[in-house]
Amino acid sequence: MEKTVNHRAWFLVLPVLLLVAFSAVIPLMTVVNYSFQDTFGNNEFFWAGLEWFQQMLNSERMWNALGRQLMFSGIILAIEIPLGIFVALNMPKSGFWSSFCLVLMSLPLLIPWNVVGTIWQIFGRIDIGLLGYTLDMIGIDYNYTQNALAAWVTIIVMDVWHWTSLVALLAFAGLKSIPDAFYQAAKIDQASRWKVFRYIELPKMMGVLMIAILLRFMDSFMIYTEPFVVTGGGPGNTTTLLSIDLVKMALGQFDLGPAAAFSLMYFLVILLISWVFYTVMTNLDKREG
Amino acid sequence: MAKITLDNLAHSYLPNPRSEDDFALKELNHDWDDGAAYALLGSSGCGKSTLLNIISGLLQPSQGRILFDGKDVTHAKTAERNIAQVFQFPVVYDTMTVHDNLAFPLRNRGRDETYVAERVQEIARMIGMEDMLHKKARGLTADSKQKISLGRGMVRKDVNALLFDEPLTVIDPHMKWELRTQLKKLHHDFGHTMIYVTHDQTEALTFADKVVVMYDGRVVQIGTPEELFERPEHTFVGYFIGSPGMNVIPARIDGNKAYVNGSHVELAQGYKPLDGKVEIGVRPEYAKLSMSEGLPVKVRRVEDVGRHKIIRAELFGIDINIIAGEDERVSADMNRVTFDATHVNVYANDWRVKGEAA
Repeated sequence: MEKTVNHRAWFLVLPVLLLVAFSAVIPLMTVVNYSFQDTFGNNEFFWAGLEWFQQMLNSERMWNALGRQLMFSGIILAIEIPLGIFVALNMPKSGFWSSFCLVLMSLPLLIPWNVVGTIWQIFGRIDIGLLGYTLDMIGIDYNYTQNALAAWVTIIVMDVWHWTSLVALLAFAGLKSIPDAFYQAAKIDQASRWKVFRYIELPKMMGVLMIAILLRFMDSFMIYTEPFVVTGGGPGNTTTLLSIDLVKMALGQFDLGPAAAFSLMYFLVILLISWVFYTVMTNLDKREG
Repeated sequence: MAKITLDNLAHSYLPNPRSEDDFALKELNHDWDDGAAYALLGSSGCGKSTLLNIISGLLQPSQGRILFDGKDVTHAKTAERNIAQVFQFPVVYDTMTVHDNLAFPLRNRGRDETYVAERVQEIARMIGMEDMLHKKARGLTADSKQKISLGRGMVRKDVNALLFDEPLTVIDPHMKWELRTQLKKLHHDFGHTMIYVTHDQTEALTFADKVVVMYDGRVVQIGTPEELFERPEHTFVGYFIGSPGMNVIPARIDGNKAYVNGSHVELAQGYKPLDGKVEIGVRPEYAKLSMSEGLPVKVRRVEDVGRHKIIRAELFGIDINIIAGEDERVSADMNRVTFDATHVNVYANDWRVKGEAA
């Protein structure tokens, strides 16, 4: 068949090109642009080369924020993944209660981030918050505005409350896809509960768990709204995670150059870690296979 | 090894079964003799798997008891019953090697490693997977996986019974034959009680000493392959066993004669007057085309399948099949059919009626 050449086809692609240009390429390029230039106002820019990148790499402030960020993501992954699996394993498999649990667990996922932050901000207050007040009453020294540990515990519990459902729902979907025959065969083979988990459920859940880990890692690494609403990065800088620090630098201090360099490195770190996760896990998968 | 007794057993998947139709498995009393090989034959959804799962304890029956050697195990757990079962679709533990898969049931029962290794080798030889023992099970083809499932079923020597739920569905035909032979040999060597569920009559007839035919949740006949062929107790058995199945023709019975649409057919025995739906059943093997005698038929087509010819014909508007030998000539003027009187069975409401000597 002869192909007709028709250059009008380009017009059909145009809307997409425009959309992507305005939503992704141009903003990103603006950031790249800022990261290599300096300005003293009046919309006059000077070439700065790699200066901002060098400055950021030597900045203790950024390394500390990165350290806190890694710790935060590490802790919430270490809690949410096993907890999510545990919840999924103990959910009713079918019937009314199964649907009920699914709806109940989806609720936290539907709440906007700043509302989640506000809920926990109030919940944890020692004067009017149910949690804060109760803890204070029974003699536990809990004050997330002054105590770094309390602040950390609060934002971690908040994240666990908000996102464990996602892991549980994904794990549940993985579990539901296991045919009954596997459980029956395990009974015939007299496999213990642990072995059923280790050799049937876990391998069958690997695919969805990988997605869960990636999603939770990326999301938690970029988290901003919830800790910002609850602690604002405090007390001191103890809960200043990367994105909070970035916003402080870009909008608070209006240091556009360093902030742009910071953003780009932030972006690359997320990309790099996600890639490492993905590669390691797919390789594990292959080696097992 | 044990004798398995089913006592008034029935099962319904509904919580409050009312009528008999609610039961997936209708009331059943049967002894599975120790050391015998049974095939459980029936079309899909007739309750075969339900029965199997009740025996292995994966399902609790709605009523009745199961006894192993006289001991009530109705409420015993699967593990306590010490049964091996192989399912229709392969179940392997993906992350384990073939070796560990085969060893799994033994290790779970705390057998020592030298015994395990020895036994695994033996089974691997039987299923032809000795050179694959150290591969992970995940990457294997469906029929290799099913061979592992079979191997896991056979690895324990001391089981009370071996249950197979259509285990060869996913295996290719050549291997099917070989595995069936292996299973028969296993039965011969160790004398396990074996129950083999299938909807393939060839598989059932070659594997088993006794074939149990199920239809609509009920056991309709238990017998040797020969009995099923010669004297089907139910029209379903006649239709289901044999290729093609038995011809079932509505008739009126009077003593030792059957009348089909006014024309008479001789019977070897006499019958009392019968009520309800009355039919005669004749296997295609016992029907013969003729030029002059018998009932008028219209031959539709002749299929030569090699060893014999199958003649598709119409008798008073009913489709019937006739088998003629390879060398028999079928000509255009053969428009009548005769039946071998000793092989004509009489059915009332689908169940065979015994005749009296005429």
